[in-house]
Amino acid sequence: MNESAREPEADRGNWTLALRRSLEHRLPLVNLLPHRQPYFVASWVYVFGVVAIAALLWIVATGVVLVFFGPQWWHISNVGHFVNALHFWAVQVFFVFMVLHLWGQYFAASWRDGRAPTWLVGVIVFAVSIVATFTGYVAQQNFDAQWIAINAKDAMNAVGVGAFFNVLNFGQMYGLHVLFFPIAVGTLVAVHVVLVRMRGVVKPIDPPGARSTQPQSPGPEPQGSQGPVA
Amino acid sequence: MSGTADSQTRYYAGIRMVPFDLLKEGVLALVGVAVLVLILAAVLSAPDSAPVTIGSWSQADPVDFVTTATAELAGQSGTAGYGPPYNSTADAAQAIGPIAPQVWAGISTPIDTANEFVLHPLELAATGNSALTAALAAYKSADATQQQTWLDAYTQALGNATEQSGQVVVAAGEYGPVPALMANLLGIARSGGLDALLLENGRFFQTDFTRPLLFMGDGNYLGNLAADQHLTGDQWGVMNETGSYPGQTWLWLYSVWYQLPPFNTAPNADLAIVLIVVALTTLLALVPFIPFLRDIPRWVPVHRLIWRRYYRGG
Repeated sequence: MNESAREPEADRGNWTLALRRSLEHRLPLVNLLPHRQPYFVASWVYVFGVVAIAALLWIVATGVVLVFFGPQWWHISNVGHFVNALHFWAVQVFFVFMVLHLWGQYFAASWRDGRAPTWLVGVIVFAVSIVATFTGYVAQQNFDAQWIAINAKDAMNAVGVGAFFNVLNFGQMYGLHVLFFPIAVGTLVAVHVVLVRMRGVVKPIDPPGARSTQPQSPGPEPQGSQGPVA
Repeated sequence: MSGTADSQTRYYAGIRMVPFDLLKEGVLALVGVAVLVLILAAVLSAPDSAPVTIGSWSQADPVDFVTTATAELAGQSGTAGYGPPYNSTADAAQAIGPIAPQVWAGISTPIDTANEFVLHPLELAATGNSALTAALAAYKSADATQQQTWLDAYTQALGNATEQSGQVVVAAGEYGPVPALMANLLGIARSGGLDALLLENGRFFQTDFTRPLLFMGDGNYLGNLAADQHLTGDQWGVMNETGSYPGQTWLWLYSVWYQLPPFNTAPNADLAIVLIVVALTTLLALVPFIPFLRDIPRWVPVHRLIWRRYYRGG
C-alpha cells in the first residue's frame, strides 16, 4: 500500500504536501549531492560546465560590487576599473568554458536516454547569456557601448524588437542587465543543473564490444536490473 | 524519465561507481577561476575608451557636425529617413516579402529630426540672442520650398567647406538664415550645451540617450573612429572590442553573415541575418530530435577521447 493511499482524508488535495512528495521522489538529496559517480565521469569534459558555473558566480559577485557603487564608478576610480576588469574577464572565461561544455556535450550526445530537456535548457542558457552580456556591453557608458548600440539598433528594429527593447536607452539596458538577466540566467542554470542531477550523467556511446546499444534518440532510459558497483 | 534514486541505480547497473565530491569540485573551480580572473585583470586590465560627446565631435570635426545637422534639418539624414520605430518614411523598413516586423511594430519612438535635433535646441538657447531669434523666425516663416532651396544650396556648399578658427566656412551663396542657425548650433555644441539640450525631456532625471546617439550616428565622425578601432560591420565589428581586447566573440555566427554576399550589400540584411541566427539557434536546441544532426557524435569519434578510460575497458 503506498503512502497516498494511507494519508488522512484531510491531507488529500493538499498542494504543499503534493509538491513536497514530488520533490522528495524526483529529486532526492542523494542525487542532488552525490558522493559517487560512474567511473567514466573522470574526464576533463565534465570540468567545463563546473568552471562555467564558477565563472558565472564571479560575474554575479563582481557585478554586485559594480551595482553598489553605480554605473559611473568604474570609469573614475582605479579600484572600480579593476573590479570591472574582473567582471570583464569572468565573462570571457564564462563563455569560453560554456562553449567548451556545449561542444563537449554535443560530441557526447548527452541528450540520450531522456536527457533532451537538459540539452534544451542548456542551449537556452547559452542564448539568454548572449543577450545578457549584450545588454552589459551597451550599458558600459563608453565609446564601445555607443558604437555597439548605434549599430545593434538596426537589427533590433528590423525584427520589430526595437519597439520595446531600445538599445539606445541606457536606463532600460542597465536595468535589464543588472536585474532581469541575472535572474533569468541564474534560474535557467539552476534548472539545468537540477535536470543533470535528477537524471545523472549519460552513459558513453557504444560500449566496448557493442556496435550500438545506446539509442541516439532522446527516448526513455533503458532499464537495468543490477545496483551500482560501488 | 524519472529522476528518482532508484532510476539512477538502474541506469548505472553494472557500471563501477567511484568516490566523487561535488562540493569540493565546485569550490576548487571557484578558486581556480578566481585566480585566473585575478591574473587576467591585473595583467591585462580591461577596455574603457572614453565616449564621444556632441561637444567633442563638434570640436574635432565641425564640418562633419554641421553637415550632419543640416541633413537633420533638411530631413535627409539616416534617422530622418529611417522608418519605424522613429518615423513613417515610406519603403524604409526592412522586409522580406510580406514579412515586415519593423512595420508591424510601428512607431514607438517618434523622432522629428529637424525639430528635435536642430530647431528646438536652438529655440531653447535663443533667449537673449536676438540674432539667433531673428534667424529662427526667418527660417520658420519661409515656406517649405524656400527652406528646401536654402538647405540644398547650403548642403552642396558644405561639400567644399573648411574650418577656420572653429567656424565652418562655405563659399558665398543664397542660403538664407541657415548659416546663422548652423553657426549658433555649432557654438552651442562646442560648448557642450547641445549634449544637454538633446536630453531635455521636461523632467529632471534622464537615462535615455536615443536622440544624441542617433544624431551622432548620422555623422561620419563616430564611424571613422570605429573603423580605426576595427569595429565596423565589414570588420566583424559587433564581436570586436576597442584596443586588442577580446570582444563578444560568441557573436561570430551572427557577424559572419555580414561578411558574405548577398548579405554584405542587401538592404534587408539585418532582418535576414537575425532570422537565420534564430533558426540556427532553434536547430541547435532541437538537435536531440533531428536525425543526422543527432547522429554526428557517433560518427565523429570525439566521444572516444572523452571516455578514453571507458573504451579501454575501465
